[in-house]
Amino acid sequence: MKLLHKPWLWSWVAAAAAFALTVTLTGGSGASELAYAALSFGAFAAIVGLGQMLVITLGPGNVDLSIPATMTLAGTLALKTMGSDPGTAWLGLGVAILVGLGTGLANFTLIYLLRLPPIIATLAASLVYQSIAIWSNRGLRIKPPEGLADFATGRFFGISNVALVGLALSVVIWVLLERSVWGRWLLASGQNLRAARLAGIPVEAVRAATYLAVTVFAAIAGYLLASFSGGAALNMGTEYLLMSIAVVVIGGTSIAGGSSNVPGVWGASLFMFLVVSMLNSYGAGAGVRLILTGTIIIGIVIAASTRRATR
Amino acid sequence: MTLFARYRILLPVLSLAILLAATFYMQPRAMSYFGVNLLFNLAVPIALATIAQMCIIMVNDIDLSLGAFVSLVACVVATFLNDTPLLGLVILLALVLAYAALGAVIHALDLPAIVVTLGMSFVWGGLALFILPSPGGSSPDWLRTLMTVKPPFVPMAVVASVLIAGITHLLFIRSGLGTVLRGVGGNARSVARAGWPVIRLKALAYGCAGLFGVLAGMALVGLTTSADANIALRYTLLSIAGVILGGGEFTGGKVSPVGAVIGALTLTLAASFLSFLRLSPDWQIGAQGAILILVLTARLLFTRRDAQA
Repeated sequence: MKLLHKPWLWSWVAAAAAFALTVTLTGGSGASELAYAALSFGAFAAIVGLGQMLVITLGPGNVDLSIPATMTLAGTLALKTMGSDPGTAWLGLGVAILVGLGTGLANFTLIYLLRLPPIIATLAASLVYQSIAIWSNRGLRIKPPEGLADFATGRFFGISNVALVGLALSVVIWVLLERSVWGRWLLASGQNLRAARLAGIPVEAVRAATYLAVTVFAAIAGYLLASFSGGAALNMGTEYLLMSIAVVVIGGTSIAGGSSNVPGVWGASLFMFLVVSMLNSYGAGAGVRLILTGTIIIGIVIAASTRRATR
Repeated sequence: MTLFARYRILLPVLSLAILLAATFYMQPRAMSYFGVNLLFNLAVPIALATIAQMCIIMVNDIDLSLGAFVSLVACVVATFLNDTPLLGLVILLALVLAYAALGAVIHALDLPAIVVTLGMSFVWGGLALFILPSPGGSSPDWLRTLMTVKPPFVPMAVVASVLIAGITHLLFIRSGLGTVLRGVGGNARSVARAGWPVIRLKALAYGCAGLFGVLAGMALVGLTTSADANIALRYTLLSIAGVILGGGEFTGGKVSPVGAVIGALTLTLAASFLSFLRLSPDWQIGAQGAILILVLTARLLFTRRDAQA
């Protein structure tokens, strides 16, 4: 019975169902390829989703809308610094992380010093990041260094490297959330900010660390995505705005804050990829695909809420 | 400085006035009937969309699907309403009712609006692609005439903005029902205790959002004369920014229809102003963000001073 009450269960069930339905159609062939693709593409959604999850855990009103712009900026600047030269992969990663730290710091400055609602602060700031990306990109497409491109598209023991990076980051987040003081502080701040502050928790430091974490994660995802797809594009982050929120909520993290769920983010990320490939393999057009995706998201949210009520 | 606290509308008005003055200073030729019309033309659909978003924010929710919804409406208007007006009207009415139903469901099941509207944005987008897989369609003639009408002395965009602001002010601020609706955002439980059916009020608020979303889509097609499935996606974020710029707040039912219209005008003007500055196109979006931050900072400075006083 205990397993049934795990909030992450449903996203995994849904992902498994989508997987099964797709594989049934092809008669069992291509199952491993599908799993491989789901893990690689799902990894990008999972990485940005993990960051968004931390922010949403902070409580109502906390959400980061600057994820797409940060991804684009980090991917663009990292590739520009590397300039396709071999052996610069770590330098590029450093640049990407610096971009993430910079945008996170800027976001939090707006939120903390100007007391802007996070939605507006990250939205307004993301417009500026986008401009910087446009300005530095200038339409030229720089290829990632060969070694890095091979790494991003390669696999290790049959699992794509990108998925492994995502899994490693997830483990770190999971340990931090479940086993560290910082995780307790984050959950406490999300459950009741005032009580947490009165209990002596440095809530502003917790908030700052969270808003830095989300942009660093977005920057890493942008760096990997740019390397994966052979160059940075100005619209490469666009779909991850809604995606990052969707995977968090489908994964069973409460939108009201104060509870996090790492495995659920992965289940939801795999599901979001698998549902699209399922509808594709059944020959659904773009319109039908979108309608069904939306219906399924709402269905899962309704299912999650009735489950909460009956417990 | 209690002046700004008592009249929250002052700061949005002031920001718009300053921006307008700066624009006229940069480009004196804009200071004409034709120039003003050009500056604010595209503001009409944005203002209507901002009012729609305001209806949702008024009851403490947020709508992430508005841009997709306006795009869908635009597609319906450019196809069905143009070819078979009656069917088109029925579809638009059904869309408004769908929005009202959405509000009722969100309230009845206690769902997070941000996620439901997120899901709906996919649904609206899918329907729009279904209706209009590639850009096209054409505007009904009467709509085109209405949006390009040239009233004497004052351009259509200004007349329309004033009308929208006035009517919505009466609707949401002066009327009894509007006050109760804002009360739902302030304290839904006390409204329920006072004997109001909150579920119907929420449905009404969402229905209003749907109605103004439909109007926004119609206005947009009247201006652009054609539609595509992604035509208004940026309205989601623009409308949220417009509401906040106009003095609204995310919680507590503190919204201002007049402010929202002014916020939408300010955002539209910011884009024109930046092109007059001969700013490199790379920085246009960023400068819009900077203007947004600047105005909100100004508001904060004044309100904080009030809090201390």
